[in-house]
Amino acid sequence: MRTTITVNGEARALDIDPRTTLLDALREHLKLTGAKKGCDHGQCGACTVLVNGTRINACLSLAVMHDGDEVTTIEGLGTPEKLHPMQQAFLSEDAYQCGYCTPGQICSAVGMLAEVEAGLPSHATADVAQPAAVDGAEIRERMSGNICRCSAYPQIVAAIEAVAGGKA
Amino acid sequence: MSSVNDWAGPNPVKDNRSGLIGKGVDRYEGPLKVTGTAPYAYEVQPPSPPAYGVMVGATVATGRITGVDIAEAEAAPGVLLVWTHRNVPAQPAKGTRKHPRSTAGSKPALESDRVAYFGQPVALVVADTLENATAAARLVRLTYDAASPDVDFAARKAGAGQPPGEEDVEIGNFGEGFAASAVQLDETWTTPIQNHCQMEPCASLAWWEGDRCIAHTSIQMVKPAQHGLAETLGIDRDDVRLMTRYIGGGFGGKGQTYDDLTLAALAARALGRPVKVAFTRQQMMHGTIHRPATVQRVRLGADRDGRLNAFSLMTWTHCHRDGAFTEHASNFARTLYAAPNRLTGHRLVKLDLPGAGPMRAPGEASGTLSLECAMDELAERLGLDPVELRIRNEPPVDPENGRPFSQRQLVRCLKEGAQLFGWDRRLPTPGQVRDGRWLVGYGMAAAIRGNFLLPAKCSFSVDDDGVITVRQGMTDIGTGTYTVLAQIAAETLGVPLGQVRVEIGDSELPPAPGSGGQFGAATAGSAALMAGMNLRKAIAELATGDAESPLHGGDPAKIVFQDGVVGIENRSETLAGLIRRAAPGGLTVEGEIRPASDMREWSQQTYGAHFCEVGVDPVTGEVRVRRMLGVFAAGRIINAKTARSQLTGGMIWGAASALTEGNPVDPRYGSLLGQDLAQYLVPVQADIGEVEAIMLDEVDDKANPMGIKGVGELGNSGSGAAVANAIYNACGVRVREYPITPDKLLAGLIARGL
Repeated sequence: MRTTITVNGEARALDIDPRTTLLDALREHLKLTGAKKGCDHGQCGACTVLVNGTRINACLSLAVMHDGDEVTTIEGLGTPEKLHPMQQAFLSEDAYQCGYCTPGQICSAVGMLAEVEAGLPSHATADVAQPAAVDGAEIRERMSGNICRCSAYPQIVAAIEAVAGGKA
Repeated sequence: MSSVNDWAGPNPVKDNRSGLIGKGVDRYEGPLKVTGTAPYAYEVQPPSPPAYGVMVGATVATGRITGVDIAEAEAAPGVLLVWTHRNVPAQPAKGTRKHPRSTAGSKPALESDRVAYFGQPVALVVADTLENATAAARLVRLTYDAASPDVDFAARKAGAGQPPGEEDVEIGNFGEGFAASAVQLDETWTTPIQNHCQMEPCASLAWWEGDRCIAHTSIQMVKPAQHGLAETLGIDRDDVRLMTRYIGGGFGGKGQTYDDLTLAALAARALGRPVKVAFTRQQMMHGTIHRPATVQRVRLGADRDGRLNAFSLMTWTHCHRDGAFTEHASNFARTLYAAPNRLTGHRLVKLDLPGAGPMRAPGEASGTLSLECAMDELAERLGLDPVELRIRNEPPVDPENGRPFSQRQLVRCLKEGAQLFGWDRRLPTPGQVRDGRWLVGYGMAAAIRGNFLLPAKCSFSVDDDGVITVRQGMTDIGTGTYTVLAQIAAETLGVPLGQVRVEIGDSELPPAPGSGGQFGAATAGSAALMAGMNLRKAIAELATGDAESPLHGGDPAKIVFQDGVVGIENRSETLAGLIRRAAPGGLTVEGEIRPASDMREWSQQTYGAHFCEVGVDPVTGEVRVRRMLGVFAAGRIINAKTARSQLTGGMIWGAASALTEGNPVDPRYGSLLGQDLAQYLVPVQADIGEVEAIMLDEVDDKANPMGIKGVGELGNSGSGAAVANAIYNACGVRVREYPITPDKLLAGLIARGL
């Protein structure tokens, strides 16, 4: 099926099997292997990308469902020479070890901060009528969809706090 | 003969002139990892478009494949080949070593009609796309003559025997000592099967260049993977180039290759194009190894002052019917506490479960879950603080072999940890502290993990730009290898970190044992130091022997390497300038490390102390880890940042062992019930509170020339027991059957009337 997805700001025309997930379209067709396949079942979050600014598990979505969508992958956030602030914070705080969950963690963190900014509450938000603070409890709750088996969890919280603090 | 005395002299790492050793610099490969541009095995771009292989797993645990129908799969769109045992290319029988010095034997895939475990790969489908291969894999029809799997560990435990070549170790007379002890404890703990759940499922990509196989895979040890693949393919070892540049977690589970590698290589040869094969998350649970379950009986006999008179830890465990792996959960206990009468040993039973094997801190991770809780229980019976009980049983020398400790700062870890944590606020009687709906408790445990040094080589090059390149067939599974090698190189040659390149994960490079047993940094790093010292010598001789160098005629031993400059007193020139002029094209030298023959005259371990605060909800039985503190002594630390991450990661692994991780066996099918990350619960952010790891100053000059030791597994030793002890302190319920899930806690909470 013909599908055009804007990936990292560039329109990419694909003629693609309707069974192909967004994740496999990115990894196997567009050679954007930053989004990772950890479980292929939406359980680990390693495939997290931003679709029209919202974080999703790319393994749980078919590519043909994204005709006309704007997808941002980890490669679109920054490059080794010009890191996104969240990428820099992960580097500085050592918020990763093997690195396999990292692109998903970073995309998820960027999407999560946007959700907080948009006023979306979480289970950890004490008063849902008030804007949520970006503290440890909120970060832990909102980032629990991204597994890090190396367990860099404390460092990930520190990285996100650093970025959120810099914004404030 | 080599001796630890050979390591006693000064060297650039010890001198640490530029202060890079110990510094928490960012990871060398970090910019690639945080931008998603570090290619893992399945992501390497081959020279031509790859075909996609999908494996089919057996749906029985034991028996024979009696019927094979691949017609429909072969006819499916895009399918390039379908293999079962009936038509897979012939491979040398399992374990064949054509080359006598191969570090691994042949490991044939789809070898025969025999099924040896549930989920064993029994067919391969290769197609033009992943979707076509996945769809066609479902069309492979196999029928089995299935036997009833023998998988009931609890039932078979009574018939377990000594592991091959092992005997119980008894010092003194345990039975008499225990009987004569004023205070006795005799309890049994169980630990379940655990899965590694590396974030990157095992994956391989292979293609052929003429008669040569190029393979990228996700593996902790390069040489055995290269040799094993060559033996399996029946070709010379030099005709396999095996690469593993980035590895999405290992934890012991990628210490061996699996059928993805063999099948990718065979299919690539058959099809004349690159083929990649990955395990699915579901296939990982059965198709790769797991940490086996244990039953551990601990007996402690002490006098009223808390001095151990008799101690025993006996472990029962299981492995695959064709295997011999033993989870040595009792070994660490031989070194930990003083007691004149001691008995330790293991019993092994063979089952039709998938393969048991090493998982992060094999032995210690399981064993501390019993012994370190037993010590907590004993402390309570004695009315002693658990920290004090451990201090009272601190041995002056190794309690079993009488060897002096190379370094042992366990007591300092205990004392400093207690102070930093605020241990004095702990109330010894359980269930006394409430915080809202939570019952709050403190727990602690000791940590111990062995230290190892293995033979390794490394090469160092300097080029015309003064750039140092480290080359080693080593791996980085997230441990920080790239970074510590870069630090050692920069410090040794006196160049900025930005002037160092590190190439690892390639069978073409000087061999190193890889990542495992927390021996990586010490082993690979020591070889790197040796290579660096040899390069310094070569550069010094080059400069002092070169008539055009301002250093000409100087004493090579007096050359200082700093800031990219080589100098003797007030004469100097840049390293780049020297090389360009005197050795255009650069210099390359090798270095090598071997264990000293007298290393084992010292008892060598890494140590630590864990402290933990948990909350227990008495209504739901839910446990929250509120904070964890570990204080560790593990030799000189090369990188404070990556070492801390290793330790905190290990601590969280321990917490997960205490609380969530375990994979029950389904006796009907001989399978594991947890088949993905929704059923097998590894920790997520919400499960883990504050975690901090402190590293004490230490140099262990009996360990290696740098005085460093490993930290990759130490954090995982004892931390689960600290959590379990904190749960008891919070609510007064002891659960000795891990993991401590709410259902088990609730039974105890109800019994206590909470």
